[in-house]
Amino acid sequence: MAGADELIGQVRALLGADVLDHHTHLGDATILVPVDRVRECLERLRDDPGLAFNVLIDLTAVDYLGRDPRFELVYHLASLELAPPAGEPCGIRRRLRVKAGVREQQPEADSVALLWDAANWFEREVFDLYGIVFPGHPDLRRILLYDEFQGHPLRKDYPKERRQPLVGPRN
Amino acid sequence: MSEAQTLRAPRPKGDLHTETQLLSMGPSHPATHGTVKIMLEIDGEEIVEMDVQVGYLHRGFEKECESGTWYQAIPYTDRLNYNSAILANLAFCMAVEKLLGCEIPRRGQWVRTLASELSRMGDHLTRLGAACLELGAMTPFLYGIEARELCWDLQEMLCGARVTSNYVRIGGVQRDVTPGFHERLGRSLARIESLLVDFDKVVTANRIFVDRFRNTGMLPVEKLISYGVTGPMLRAAGVPLDLRKAEPYLAYAEIDFDVPVGSIGDNYDRFLVCQEELAQSIRIIRACMPVLEKTVGEPVNVADPRVRWPGKDRVFGRMEELIQQFKGVTEGIRVPAGEAYAAVESPNGELGFYIVSDGTGKPYKVRCRPPSFANVAPMREMLIGGMLADIVPTFDMINMIGGECDR
Repeated sequence: MAGADELIGQVRALLGADVLDHHTHLGDATILVPVDRVRECLERLRDDPGLAFNVLIDLTAVDYLGRDPRFELVYHLASLELAPPAGEPCGIRRRLRVKAGVREQQPEADSVALLWDAANWFEREVFDLYGIVFPGHPDLRRILLYDEFQGHPLRKDYPKERRQPLVGPRN
Repeated sequence: MSEAQTLRAPRPKGDLHTETQLLSMGPSHPATHGTVKIMLEIDGEEIVEMDVQVGYLHRGFEKECESGTWYQAIPYTDRLNYNSAILANLAFCMAVEKLLGCEIPRRGQWVRTLASELSRMGDHLTRLGAACLELGAMTPFLYGIEARELCWDLQEMLCGARVTSNYVRIGGVQRDVTPGFHERLGRSLARIESLLVDFDKVVTANRIFVDRFRNTGMLPVEKLISYGVTGPMLRAAGVPLDLRKAEPYLAYAEIDFDVPVGSIGDNYDRFLVCQEELAQSIRIIRACMPVLEKTVGEPVNVADPRVRWPGKDRVFGRMEELIQQFKGVTEGIRVPAGEAYAAVESPNGELGFYIVSDGTGKPYKVRCRPPSFANVAPMREMLIGGMLADIVPTFDMINMIGGECDR
């Protein structure tokens, strides 16, 4: 897709050597950045006036058990046209998928909760289900599961059938 | 409006000693149609701090999807937003079809468009009706639910199920529209329109209703965008973002419809936007009807047996088709390795699926981007400084669906 290739060109011009890898498979522009640079890269993508990725649509992780780095964080960004011509609906100018590999020995990535409020809950969810820690997050605790839950269920080595200890009522 | 503002003006601090108290609302509360726990710190009736705790309906949707075939994930998507199951089916199937690279026949696209709008109407009617019910108004709820029943009757004619549709399939839909559907649809739409008129007369200008909804639950547009809020919540704040227009999928590019927007983004604007969207959905369905009548007999599914196995008439009569069906069911369809993201405009906003395939018959990763989750997150900021009574209308207009938010 020409649009996606062009976008990758713009992103590479902005981020330079931080773009470790990229593809435009099926028209989805995707880049891979180093995990210790992910916050800086996302901030530049957000603040660059030509790209203006103002919405963090989604954040999730994938567990590639047996690979190094084992985890991959996947950020979906969108650039929303905020002031469309009068009477016209807004367009989404461009979308970008940013990925960062996270090693099993050091499962952490800088929080982007201060860049987008949406990241607050998304990062809590990734922490909850994958056990990836986000230093700099204002309130990193479990969100979908309860505090006493042991393990992180979306990791591939977490068996689906595992039982959890019963927890009594809390006050 | 001015009265509401004076009511909401902060009391002068210091003239009377007050202490805050903790109040736990939920997880199962009669005035919220969602399973969520809200820990509140209140000073009198004013909310000082709140913590919204979601997750009570977490069923491990993504984990379950990873253990079945691609087809077996579709019924799970029904149970995300159970008010508009067809749209969740659709978003998932569109993501898989993107990886497969298959193109749905034209009639299939129109059937899907019609089914999507029926589903959206069911969701909006529940939201609007339940909002009235939770503020103590039973009558408009019954108007809303009667209209929703008509939508669900039509959905039942399409796929046999009223709530968990399992209608959209990878490569098409479960079946074409059934005989008599168009006549029933025409009658039902006329009845729904008359119910909406009644609903509007009872509610929209009602003094009590307006006082509860006006100027409550507002947040500046920049904040909403930062929170990733989409759908009617964002449109009510004046941002005309609708994926059906921004990134047209199915047949939406060929259909003429408007994107209603509000001005200040309070609960009343959200209510009006949803009401107008119902009218627009009816308009879209009316535009689908003549196309479907013209294309009777055309296929709705892709002809590729690797994706969509043959109809039962052939499976039970011929060897090759029987084998195709057997392999399709037991091993699952093979989806090429890769990753894809596809999104649709659901009644709550952008409902997206990010899927990763490793080339086997099972999904490696199925991530649902739930609009409810992103829309509930800003609730704390919307309500701090507001009154206890604002929680219910705000929560109603956010329309958190536990199944989708907690997955």
